[in-house]
Amino acid sequence: YIIDVVFPPTEEERHLRANDREFNLSYEYADNAIKTSKYNIFTFLPLNLFEQFQRLANAYFLFLLCLQLIPEISSLSWFTTVVPLVLVLSMTMAKDGSDDINRHRCDRQVNNRKVEADLLLLSSSEPLNLVYIETAELDGETNLKVKQALTVTGELEDCIEKLANFNGEVRCEPPNNRLDKFTGTLTLKEEMYSLDNEKVLLRGCTLRNTQWCFGLVVFGGPDTKLMQNCGKTTLKRTSIDRLMNVLVLSIFGFLAVMCLILAVGNGIWEYQEGSKFAAFLPKQEGVNAPFSAFLTFWSYVIILNTVVPISLYVSVEIIRLGNSFYIDWDRKMYYPKSDTPAEARTTTLNEELGQIKYIFSDKTGTLTQNIMTFNKCSINGKSYGEVRGGKGCVDFSWNNLADPKFCFHDHSLVEVVREGNPEVQAFFRLLALCHTVMPEEKKEGELYYQAQSPDEGALVTAARNFGFVFRSRTPESITVVEMGELVTYELLAVLDFNNVRKRMSVIVRSPEGKLTLYCKGADTIIFERLNPSCSKLKEVTTEHLNEYAGDGLRTLALAYKDIDPKYMEEWKLRHHEASTAMDEREEKLDALYEEIEKGLLLLGSTAVEDKLQDGVPQTIEQLSKADIKIWVLTGDKQETAENIGYSCNMLREEMTEVFIVSANTAEEVRKELQTARRKMRPDGPEEPTVTKSRSGLFCLLKTETVADEPVDGEYAMVINGHSLAFALEKDMEMELLRTACMCQTVICCRVTPLQKAQVVELVKKYKQAITLAIGDGANDVSMIKAAHIGVGISGQEGMQAVLSSDFSFAQFRYLQRLLLVHGRWSYLRMCKFLRYFFYKNFTFTFVHFWYGFFCGFSAQTVYDEWFITLYNLVYTALPVLALSLFDQVIRSLMLYPKLYAPGQLNQYFSKRAFVYTVLHSGYSSLVLFFIPWAAMYDTVRDDGKDIVDYQSFALLAQTCLLIAVSIQLGLDTHYWTSVNQFFLWGSLCVYFAVIFTMYSNGMFLIFTSSFPFIGTARNSLNQPNVWLTMLLTSILCVLPVVAYRFLRILLWPTVNDKVRYKVRQDKVLPPAPRRVQARRASTRRSGYAFSHAQGYGDLVTSGRFLRWTPKSRPALFSQTDSPLAQTQHQFYRTINEGGEPPLSP
Amino acid sequence: MMKEELETTNRPDNTAFTQQRLPAWQPMLSAGIVIPGFVLIGLAFIGIGVGLFITSQNITVLEKDYTGVETTSDCYKCSNPSDKNCTCKLEFSLSNLFEGPVFFYYGLSNYFQSQRSYGASKDEYQLSGDLDYFKTPVSACSPYQYDANQKPIVPCGSLANSMFNDTFKLYQIVNGTKKLVPFDGKGIAWWTDYNIKYRNPSVTPLKNAFNGTVKPSFWSKPAYELDTSDPSNNGFVNQDFLVWMRRAALPDFRKLYRRITEGDYASGLPAGNYSLEIAYNYPVLSFGGRKKVVFSNVSWMGGKNQFLGIAYLVVGSLCVVMSMVMLIVYAKFKFPEDD
Repeated sequence: YIIDVVFPPTEEERHLRANDREFNLSYEYADNAIKTSKYNIFTFLPLNLFEQFQRLANAYFLFLLCLQLIPEISSLSWFTTVVPLVLVLSMTMAKDGSDDINRHRCDRQVNNRKVEADLLLLSSSEPLNLVYIETAELDGETNLKVKQALTVTGELEDCIEKLANFNGEVRCEPPNNRLDKFTGTLTLKEEMYSLDNEKVLLRGCTLRNTQWCFGLVVFGGPDTKLMQNCGKTTLKRTSIDRLMNVLVLSIFGFLAVMCLILAVGNGIWEYQEGSKFAAFLPKQEGVNAPFSAFLTFWSYVIILNTVVPISLYVSVEIIRLGNSFYIDWDRKMYYPKSDTPAEARTTTLNEELGQIKYIFSDKTGTLTQNIMTFNKCSINGKSYGEVRGGKGCVDFSWNNLADPKFCFHDHSLVEVVREGNPEVQAFFRLLALCHTVMPEEKKEGELYYQAQSPDEGALVTAARNFGFVFRSRTPESITVVEMGELVTYELLAVLDFNNVRKRMSVIVRSPEGKLTLYCKGADTIIFERLNPSCSKLKEVTTEHLNEYAGDGLRTLALAYKDIDPKYMEEWKLRHHEASTAMDEREEKLDALYEEIEKGLLLLGSTAVEDKLQDGVPQTIEQLSKADIKIWVLTGDKQETAENIGYSCNMLREEMTEVFIVSANTAEEVRKELQTARRKMRPDGPEEPTVTKSRSGLFCLLKTETVADEPVDGEYAMVINGHSLAFALEKDMEMELLRTACMCQTVICCRVTPLQKAQVVELVKKYKQAITLAIGDGANDVSMIKAAHIGVGISGQEGMQAVLSSDFSFAQFRYLQRLLLVHGRWSYLRMCKFLRYFFYKNFTFTFVHFWYGFFCGFSAQTVYDEWFITLYNLVYTALPVLALSLFDQVIRSLMLYPKLYAPGQLNQYFSKRAFVYTVLHSGYSSLVLFFIPWAAMYDTVRDDGKDIVDYQSFALLAQTCLLIAVSIQLGLDTHYWTSVNQFFLWGSLCVYFAVIFTMYSNGMFLIFTSSFPFIGTARNSLNQPNVWLTMLLTSILCVLPVVAYRFLRILLWPTVNDKVRYKVRQDKVLPPAPRRVQARRASTRRSGYAFSHAQGYGDLVTSGRFLRWTPKSRPALFSQTDSPLAQTQHQFYRTINEGGEPPLSP
Repeated sequence: MMKEELETTNRPDNTAFTQQRLPAWQPMLSAGIVIPGFVLIGLAFIGIGVGLFITSQNITVLEKDYTGVETTSDCYKCSNPSDKNCTCKLEFSLSNLFEGPVFFYYGLSNYFQSQRSYGASKDEYQLSGDLDYFKTPVSACSPYQYDANQKPIVPCGSLANSMFNDTFKLYQIVNGTKKLVPFDGKGIAWWTDYNIKYRNPSVTPLKNAFNGTVKPSFWSKPAYELDTSDPSNNGFVNQDFLVWMRRAALPDFRKLYRRITEGDYASGLPAGNYSLEIAYNYPVLSFGGRKKVVFSNVSWMGGKNQFLGIAYLVVGSLCVVMSMVMLIVYAKFKFPEDD
């Protein structure tokens, strides 16, 4: 596609010249290559280390290490800090390294794809230099769009020489994110041509029906409109991350306070005791009490460093990684049809999946499959298409032009059509004639339809299979194979579709000379224009239409009318006049159309299914039971969006009211929003309740939270993009937010990618809730990036959404499992992990604090140095890892979506929970220090020898601690797999094995100074009172917790407790949730939903659209994707196929 | 319909681990476990508590402070630190047989052996008999690394330097005459300390190993002459030295001095009057310390310690009480049957 690749930074105007590399390079425009990797082989080590030491915890440990090198301060051997630090650094380094290798690979992949950039269209294979494109990636619309090159550049055709000599100069706007606007000029041979959006192909669009085209790259790489629309990539951090940062900071403060207390203690001790004790412990020169206190402060900073756990961050990363792997491995999120497993692309956000409060979903391709199927029809008062029994698809083999992929279940319709029933035949004739579809017949009998919308394609394909094959068209004729017979109709007029008319008609003359007007359109519109003679049929058809609408199908009514040739002559004249009128052309044409589309005879109606993805309504039901609010943000038009809202149960008939906001001025929008709000909450305050608070590190972040407002009844809101633009203005956003958040369902239609992101940002800003955005196309990228969690639907054409997402999978319904199972478990595990981790480290550290009072505040450790080194790394590492990788509370979580709520409310880990943990640790440490202290006070061994020596006491204290924290872990574990058992018992065994080894004769003889605890284990662990002390401390640490938990479950049971109890009681799981697809008993029907914009009747009749003489020459660049084949496929899937089994085993 | 064979190369493995279906035990804090559990633990603790308490009650302990703070004390005269080679007497009488074997301890209070720099002030290599460290002791021993003449101190460091050096002789007053109660000073230190951790250099005579070194300043005799009566009880493996070097964890501690296991006293100290002769050398008054002697026998649970027994009794009773409370709460609230 590309002649030259040229590129730019901030600029007021872009200026480039074709085929003039030097000139273009002088502007240093952005390269089309995308680089996301951070390191290369040489920079890896220094850069990575530099980055790692920017982390607070790592830098702190480096600082500690420096402190330890000062002998006056060093209260611990160097290895106690170096071993964990090296381990942590190398593990992080390994992870960063593998991440960067992945990024390198990804970059290579991205940059090796065919160059995608914003192009100025120069020439194409199609006549008049037209190019047909699909812009689904950009705006979600699936209809075809036409772009046309300038005639002057179109002359270049595909002649390489001409192209190479092309020296046009382009001046245009700087890179921006407006998809619908482009201004610039092309100067060629001293003539200036103006350039607009019509002449630009944007990155992300797909060529359809066009063999080749040439273009001049205007914007490349990050400058393309698509990338400009992608929003900025920010490093996503979870709320727990942020909380952790705050906590670590407060822990630093806490550490300083503890050290200060001990330092003051040391000062006092030195003053009162130390100075007199000098006979036995001489003072170092120049060390007086205050200076000693100062040194002690730092010594205690070293000893008590375990409150700032260096391994915390690493452990958290490991846990998240593990839980991400579970997502990758989950077969219940694997989609066999496209062989796509779920993928956790970001491995640092897992626990946030358990806290989602708002979901923003795209529609096309996310909720729906973007496949339309002709499902049912009502012809002359008889409904066809109801599936009876499990009969397969109807056999269309009698029709050699049938589309093999088409599937219809009702045999009777085929029989009727083959019998030659005139109404049925007329019905399909209408479908074959009244449309703007383009056919393509590459090989004899292999027809491809290029439809403006999938709806039209489905209808024409249905006609094709039932024996009315639309074969070809010219501006004046339509050729149809009717039950095997070739018939050519003369096309007299196309009365095109638009949003107001909601119908389209064609007027044709049959070979017999009969003039007929065929019309299809929204039922309400058609019904107004019927001949009174069909009133009976109208009633029956209305009934059927209601039925179809109740099933969530998109319906159209079909009608025809024979026209008097004389009248036609006259009408045509007037039509010609009107269409050439200089002013009020539209109105005049409309009036003419209105005149002729009258007194129609009803044929029946069609029902097309905009196929939802499997399980979408169930998923939405489950998610809303879990108190998650779902907003649909779609670029699609209002009717379509509403219809989908109904068919996936987001909008329901029983809802109290569905507000539609579609106003044209800011004031109207405000009024509509206010009216809606007052209706929902008549007695509510006019001003929103805003809680202002500060959060984040040093409370620098100011946050405003708008309180949830309760409403009676269920409401929904549909707002269109135009109104949304007003509503998102600064002065109205609060109004929008309040109103929208009162509704159960919010649907925003015709929104631009940027608006999607703005809506997400709005909710993020004022609700302080965790948001998730899910989408499949490039138009969703901005919201995927804006939301806390972005989910991409993978396995489809475009990869833009997946590439910028955090999680990806193939089907919307997997969202349920991602959130309710993986999310909840990840959250639960992370919270349990954090609580336990802080508990064990605080307990560990507090014991030191208490010992300070018994060692003259001299920063004497209460444990063996080796225990301090290995406590976090070996003795307690694996059991807590097992807890945070295997723990699960209720397996059949899908059945109890309510269990999701604690995550949304942040119940399991918060500042409050942290304070409780600290208090619990305080209690445990008191028990763990003072019980051994009292039990050992003045006592001796059973042979009269020493047992209260420092080494024995250290051993006792550390063993008590380890046993107590292990039992606490056991209490926190709800799900004891063999791995948990193995790790827990294994760690205790390893502890005993290690102490017996380290305290053995051999180790002492080899490394005399490193293992001074020789013999301590043997001498102390054979004493009954030592074991009795351990038993007492363990029981005293654990039983209060057991009692508290037991009473809490009885007195204030949580949802969790109740469900656990219930599951345990029944053992038999409760019945699967109802699979309801409530039939809408309503008169609400979809409109003429198949077109997004004015149809291209103009093009059809003008002939511009048609390829009379395709310029047939071999394509220079082979284009492999067959654009036509894509939109036509009709899959029919049963609802159970690939469905989720209701119960987790 | 799509009929072609579906490629499933990316399908995740179906294992219990990857699908998070590992079989597991899921215990719950149900009333059926918790309440009986508390009762059982409570009863068991009360049982252990009673046993410990009675055992502890049966242990006899006799403690005598001899710091000499009170003017009435015989040792008052020795409390002046300038007074060298002072001896004082401590007299006591036993009305019953003090059952043996009797252990004789000295105790120190407000004495911070647990101080970090105090504990670190020794040389493990030197004490394990490495002659290199006889010449250059580690710097941790400072200021007891070298003496004023830059001669290495062996054993170096504050810990060794401050070795307890009061000596005791116990006499039973039988009919007005003093009868020496024989002390057994063998095997009062840990076996590992005596055999592994502390070793003399393999130089005979031991004295030669100490050539070029000086004794700790606080010591009256060099290390190789600590026990003149038993040549094998000298140097770093001297039992008193070993006991001292096993530094105490807490500021109040007692250390084993001798055992009374021989002769007439094998079964204990008979009722009668006793006189303890103390060579009062060790100064503690300067830092508010106290010295005492302790006679004690031991049981299976070691020395006398009332705390453990009482703690077990209290915790046991609390468990039982708690189980009652839980039972009442349980009976009253049951489990909500709704939802």
